[in-house]
Amino acid sequence: MYDVSIVGAGVIGSAIARELSKFQVNACVIERETDVCEGTSKANSAIVHAGFDAKPGTLKAKLNVEGNALMEKLSQDLDFPLKKNGSLVVCTKEQDESLLDKLLEQSKLNGVPGCRIVEREEMIQMEPNLADDVVKALYAPTGAIVCPFNLTIALAENAADNGVEFKMQTCVKSIERTDDYYVIHTDNGDIETKSIVNAAGVYADKLNNMVSGRKLKIIPRRGQYMLLDKTAGEHVSHTIFQLPSKMGKGVLVTPTVHGNLLVGPTAEDIDNKEGVNTTMDGLDSLAPTSSLSVKDVPYRQVITSFAGLRAHEKDGDFVLGEAEDAPNFFNAAGIESPGLSSAPAIGVMIANEIAEKLGLKENPDFNGTRKGIVNPASLSMDERNALIKENPAYGQIICRCESISEGEILDSIHRTLGARTLDGVKRRTRAGMGRCQAGFCSPKVMEILEQEVPMSMFDVRKSGEDSRIVVGYNKKI
Amino acid sequence: MSQYDLVIVGGGPAGLAAAVSAKDNGIEKILIIERDNELGGILNQCIHNGFGLHTFKEELTGPEYAGRFIEQVKERNIEYKLNTMVMDISADKVVTAMNRVDGMFQIEAKAIILAMGCRERSRGALNIPGYRPAGIYSAGTAQRLVNIEGYMPGHKVVILGSGDIGLIMARRMTLEGAEVQVVAELMPYSGGLKRNIVQCLDDFDIPLKLSHTVIDIEGKERVTGITIAEVGPDRKPIPGTEEHYDCDTLLLSCGLLPENELSKTAGVTLSNITSGPIVNDALETNIEGVFACGNVLHVHDLVDFVSEEASNAGKNAAKYIKEGKSKNSKNVQIHAVDGVRYTVPCTIRPDEMDDKVTIRFRVGQVFTDCSVATYFGDELINKRAKKIMAPGEMEQVILLKSKLAEYPDLKDITIKIEEA
Ligand SMILES: Cc1cc2nc3c(=O)[nH]c(=O)nc-3n(C[C@H](O)[C@H](O)[C@H](O)COP(=O)(O)OP(=O)(O)OC[C@H]3O[C@@H](n4cnc5c(N)ncnc54)[C@H](O)[C@@H]3O)c2cc1C
Ligand SMILES: Cc1cc2nc3c(=O)[nH]c(=O)nc-3n(C[C@H](O)[C@H](O)[C@H](O)COP(=O)(O)OP(=O)(O)OC[C@H]3O[C@@H](n4cnc5c(N)ncnc54)[C@H](O)[C@@H]3O)c2cc1C
Repeated sequence: MYDVSIVGAGVIGSAIARELSKFQVNACVIERETDVCEGTSKANSAIVHAGFDAKPGTLKAKLNVEGNALMEKLSQDLDFPLKKNGSLVVCTKEQDESLLDKLLEQSKLNGVPGCRIVEREEMIQMEPNLADDVVKALYAPTGAIVCPFNLTIALAENAADNGVEFKMQTCVKSIERTDDYYVIHTDNGDIETKSIVNAAGVYADKLNNMVSGRKLKIIPRRGQYMLLDKTAGEHVSHTIFQLPSKMGKGVLVTPTVHGNLLVGPTAEDIDNKEGVNTTMDGLDSLAPTSSLSVKDVPYRQVITSFAGLRAHEKDGDFVLGEAEDAPNFFNAAGIESPGLSSAPAIGVMIANEIAEKLGLKENPDFNGTRKGIVNPASLSMDERNALIKENPAYGQIICRCESISEGEILDSIHRTLGARTLDGVKRRTRAGMGRCQAGFCSPKVMEILEQEVPMSMFDVRKSGEDSRIVVGYNKKI
Repeated sequence: MSQYDLVIVGGGPAGLAAAVSAKDNGIEKILIIERDNELGGILNQCIHNGFGLHTFKEELTGPEYAGRFIEQVKERNIEYKLNTMVMDISADKVVTAMNRVDGMFQIEAKAIILAMGCRERSRGALNIPGYRPAGIYSAGTAQRLVNIEGYMPGHKVVILGSGDIGLIMARRMTLEGAEVQVVAELMPYSGGLKRNIVQCLDDFDIPLKLSHTVIDIEGKERVTGITIAEVGPDRKPIPGTEEHYDCDTLLLSCGLLPENELSKTAGVTLSNITSGPIVNDALETNIEGVFACGNVLHVHDLVDFVSEEASNAGKNAAKYIKEGKSKNSKNVQIHAVDGVRYTVPCTIRPDEMDDKVTIRFRVGQVFTDCSVATYFGDELINKRAKKIMAPGEMEQVILLKSKLAEYPDLKDITIKIEEA
């Protein structure tokens, strides 16, 4: 019998798991996919929002500002990339400048430190590629960018290292409530647990509605992006948001922590919770919309496009905490943006609520630090040579676009919650994320997985169960 | 830091031929650096026939053709390092490379030849909407899986793009028992060689749909279907022309991109059209002593031309190493207009050029019954009739030193397509 079962290994489930592991608890995370970070947490803008956006008094506002404040220390403890690049919300000639003042006012109410209005002259010094029509901006120095994969994976790894069990490829089908515990029926057997955390992303309504009469409804709101090559990565250095305009909510243009340029997202309500496909209309809309805030985005250098689903709950705010009519069933539902930014704070909030309810004791053995996979590019030549001498695999480049060595890939496979799929290796190391999009390195990564896991070539997958890469032997060899 | 006269980046056909020629022109200390575990480059996975008709007057497979050059490299005791990745080239010709044994190391070179080849355009760069499942391969990756690793990537295949690799893989996959349903090509003409269309598609009854593109990819985990549609002159899909194919595999053969990230950081000026370095008749880039040849310079379809171009680069690098910087000589600009997309080289030095310089180029569309015209200034010098010219085939014009000598004040040469 588990004390706590967390459904969903996205950034929210992982953050809660890690915070819970600070207590003496028998906990597990249940995830239907093959790996952590396979849901919305892998496809978003990757911004650690400053927190001026959400309506004062909402959970979104409170937890965003708290999460932002926790993020830097977390990135040091768990060794994932975070860059405090600051954000700008820009206002164009046709738009109402007073909206910026309102945002500034809101930032103060929400407790966001350091926001101010910048005039065109200063703004252009900060960002020479802003569109000519941009007249003014709100500058938020605490806005940051993060690697969403590494954030989620780091949280999960650290939770696992502190004793939380991860059950992958286990999909919750129904939940049965007995007098004092729950039985979770999955496609991989039953799980008995005293309490449940619902961190199931776009499916959190389904989970909630299995046990609670207070029904939730989550509408998947799709956002599509284009990612540009690193050669375009310095086109802007801050995250550039738009004020809402005639053309809709607008899109952002931002560098990523790894030095690419990201443009998006669109916003479309759809009725398919698996609908992470991009569309021609969606992608086509990005260039004209982005040009309202940033000029000359070099769209010839797009290397990939993708889409993510916001888990928009009909009432608009995060739904957090114990369900009124289902004791020991804790929701972390409706976690749309700024969910990534809020994750550290949501983790603390939910874990503490559970600990109090279940009377959990502190875990004296908790180790809150984790070492990430080394980034050889950050080392000096001498340090790098020392590393290669110790382990020659660091001298063998596998992914040529991102210069990822065999050593990094081996580490990604052999560490806690190690990679078992091409996407798993990719999200942990960036092998395959560069301009050739894995064309060159995937056969090599497949071979490494085959040898190291070990597994048959025919079991090497891109990510999910049905995503095999090769289907048979060729006739001649 | 170790020192070499000549460092060649890339051990494909271009790098090999350049090395042999530099050696034959008197250069002793040469190093070829290759990141793969064998020499030969992309040819190692091209196990079909058809290489070397020009050079060796016989039909060889890719590995056989490469083998001939590898032998020549070995006979001449030219040094090479395998499994070694060049990480950086600096403007003052320091090459930084890395492998398991030597770690990261630097070499000072008197001259460098860039021979890094090219990579394939990926799905992302093509902006094809839809899901992102397994089952989407660039044709070259599929070729590597089938020909080198021995695995089949799928059973029911749609191919987007009619580049040569795609055409060859259409045949290969068919011979391996897969069902290739259609090859869709965005342009109104194929990007591949005529002979490949005949031998790889027509002979197997695989339809080639020109002016078509993929507008949707279905399947969340593995491809389950593809929708293609006809495109108008603006290359946008025409509503109502959609056709759906059930398939588990999409191969992309939509163009090759010269691999010039290293060149760029070194400060080599690149052409917007070829994405390769801008070079003069010696195949020298804007950085003195840095030369380029093969697919890194511009995408070739016949390896024989690669070898020829590369041995030229090797010879010129040798000359540079022995004689130092060429005199501050006069440059004549070569302009590509009216259907000619680009030329390699872009400039020519009448005083220092070889007796004969081959100017290679590609046309921007299909031309029938027309001619290639060469102008010195405004004066028509040569007009050669052509029955057909297509973007898939490389064309050439030969310039003679003796002819240029007759025009001492010449500043511009223009190459264009005219009516016959
Ligand atoms: C377009 C877009 C842009 C965004 N930009 C930002 C941003 O810039 N900054 C920011 O702070 N936030 C942003 N967000 C929001 C942020 O990405 C999300 O709030 C966050 O990732 C949600 O994490 P999660 O763990 O709740 O959901 P997910 O990552 O979706 O995780 C839920 C997990 O539950 C699993 N699951 C579901 N059902 C079951 C079941 N029955 N059994 C077992 N497992 C199950 C899923 O497989 C999944 O792995 C953005 C979101 C989108 C869509
Ligand atoms: C699928 C296919 C089919 C073809 N079919 C034919 C045909 O039928 N007939 C014909 O005549 N021609 C054919 N060709 C064309 C011919 O093979 C190519 O033009 C030729 O291989 C190009 O030679 P290259 O040396 O420029 O490039 P490549 O062969 O690509 O060699 C470049 C080499 O550089 C290495 N390299 C790159 N970067 C680095 C670095 N940073 N450090 C170290 N090493 C590096 C690479 O590993 C590679 O080995 C075909 C080409 C392809 C791709």
